[in-house]
Amino acid sequence: MATSQWWASESFWRKTAIWVTGGSFIALILLTMDTIPQISTGSKRVPAYSVINYRISYKFDETRHVQVPVIGAKEPLFGKELNEEEAEALVKLGKLTTQSKNCMNCHTLLGNGAYYAPDLTKSWLDQYWGTKEVREVQMLEFIKDPSDKVHNSMGRRMPKLEITDEEARGVVAFLKWMSSIDTNGFPYNFKSIEQEN
Amino acid sequence: MATLGMLDSANLNGGQKLAVKYFTVAIVLFGAQILFGLLSGLQYLYPDFLYGVLDFSVNRMVHINALVVWLLYGFLGSVYWLLEEESQHEVVGLKLGNLIYWVLTAAVTVVVLVYLFVQIGPGKESSIWLINEGREYIEAPRWADIGIVVSVLVVFFNVAATFSKGRYTGIAGVLVLDMLALFGIYLAGMFYTTNISIDQYWWWWVIHLWVEATWEVMVACIMAYGLMKVLGVSRKIVETWLYIEVALMFGSGILGLGHHYFWIGTPEYWFSIGGFFSALEPIPLVAMVVHAVFDAGARHAKNNNHPAMAWLIAHAFGNFFGAGVWGFMHTLPQINLYTHGTQWSASHGHLAFFGAYATIIIAMFYLGIQRWRGGTWMSGDLPGNGWKWKWALGLLNLGMVGMTVAMLVSGYVQSQIERAIEGSTWMGYFAAQIHPWFVQGMWWREVFGVMFLVGFVLLVWDLLTIGKGESRKMIEVSNAA
Repeated sequence: MATSQWWASESFWRKTAIWVTGGSFIALILLTMDTIPQISTGSKRVPAYSVINYRISYKFDETRHVQVPVIGAKEPLFGKELNEEEAEALVKLGKLTTQSKNCMNCHTLLGNGAYYAPDLTKSWLDQYWGTKEVREVQMLEFIKDPSDKVHNSMGRRMPKLEITDEEARGVVAFLKWMSSIDTNGFPYNFKSIEQEN
Repeated sequence: MATLGMLDSANLNGGQKLAVKYFTVAIVLFGAQILFGLLSGLQYLYPDFLYGVLDFSVNRMVHINALVVWLLYGFLGSVYWLLEEESQHEVVGLKLGNLIYWVLTAAVTVVVLVYLFVQIGPGKESSIWLINEGREYIEAPRWADIGIVVSVLVVFFNVAATFSKGRYTGIAGVLVLDMLALFGIYLAGMFYTTNISIDQYWWWWVIHLWVEATWEVMVACIMAYGLMKVLGVSRKIVETWLYIEVALMFGSGILGLGHHYFWIGTPEYWFSIGGFFSALEPIPLVAMVVHAVFDAGARHAKNNNHPAMAWLIAHAFGNFFGAGVWGFMHTLPQINLYTHGTQWSASHGHLAFFGAYATIIIAMFYLGIQRWRGGTWMSGDLPGNGWKWKWALGLLNLGMVGMTVAMLVSGYVQSQIERAIEGSTWMGYFAAQIHPWFVQGMWWREVFGVMFLVGFVLLVWDLLTIGKGESRKMIEVSNAA
């Protein structure tokens, strides 16, 4: 009788289910406790919001064999240096704007979202913005009204989303800050805008 | 007892009367999901279509939110459906349960209307509270989140209390704990943070621990119940299998969460954890196929509800291929670096949600309609040889497989051209999007989407008519329950 075998019994599998579930969940909690400090703002992997005062580039790392963000010389966003609090307020405005305008249902951020528009993880560094001198103005103009800016041969355009001047600045700040996050080399083989002086 | 073959609520117990209400809304939202999916798909082909009126972001949001909500309605309906039979006790708070159903349905309606007519708000926290949270799958504004949590807690207490007063079976034990986890996890998605890495860390707790853990266990419970009902498999067998599945599912799925932590800023050790455990995730799904097919074979597929049994088998295979194989194909970080956030994900998402969840809820619809009509005959030799349910089954499954393969082809093109060659830039993205191979995939997706819609229409027609005027009683299957 197969059912008399311990490995086929209901009670054995009930206990196994409980122990495996409990064990996995505890492991997840412990890993979470280890991970959260490593991705908190101001950590090595996720820099403080005031990082928007500096040049951020994405360079190949010889030991990790992927590109990693590198924080360089002072290059304040919109030419104005912000303290930590001001920087956080601006990035927060930008993040709230990306949520309330539903960016994630066309774009991906850190690779998550929808696939109708380009990934925004490193968009601050994208060659599309031309040169680093005109980048900030280009981005602001684009975000405020992209509807008349055709940039591909199939006519797919971003709609105008009633984004104010201040919100657009916030979005640019958020994008610049996001480009400084160490994403383990995602996106791979990214070709950055020329930023050297 | 009402006449056989007539739709009469006297044929249902209290929980089941509530269940069919949930099922009805689920079907309506299923239809909405398909409609808005077709609109979004069309915008890939004609970008100016509805531009500025119903933009892609809106259509896509309604598409995926309708999906989440109709599946949740399907689950809640299924739980209420089996509750009185399993517990052998009346639902303790049926009136409250009914009230919550209406509250929840009213809230869903308001949320959808706001999505469609307000769409976006200013960059303030009030937008997140009132309009749209802007986080994929859980876009519902915060007021609705709170409403959802309160509602599902009431459902939970209703279910737990009913089992406690009546019979506490193995299925009941798993179901109650699973519902607690399912609803508890939702709380992880209910706060705002500016730090997008922390944001996505907890966001994945909701999304992943729902669809790759607690939802899977939920459908395992429904499957156990379904096999007892349709085939008459003994309780001892299905409950032992249920425990095996829970062990394998949670054992692989909880830490499989790691495969979402490759690229969001989280440390590199998640490569090994996520890669290893998510590679194990298909195993419980294979077990489920073995379970369902073996039981069907052992009974010579003699069953009292052919459409339901066919959809249970479709579930077993769809879950294995959609969630298991399609997920495994791009789960290891070495490939995911190129496929993450491309049409690969869309391909996997479609087959997985359909195969794992839509199928089994459709099976429950058929169990529901059979009982609602007084327990009519639904085995072989139906009028017209049962062509409607068979064609619906065929068209829905073929349509879905077609969409999945079409998006996979586009996904290959996108990961090669945009990611590997062009380096994921803006121009790289569009270089892939305008490539003829990519565009072909998008066309075929739309074509198969229409096929899917035809299958859906047929399914609804069949559910409305099957068993109508039938004078034969259903086959009695031996049941140790």
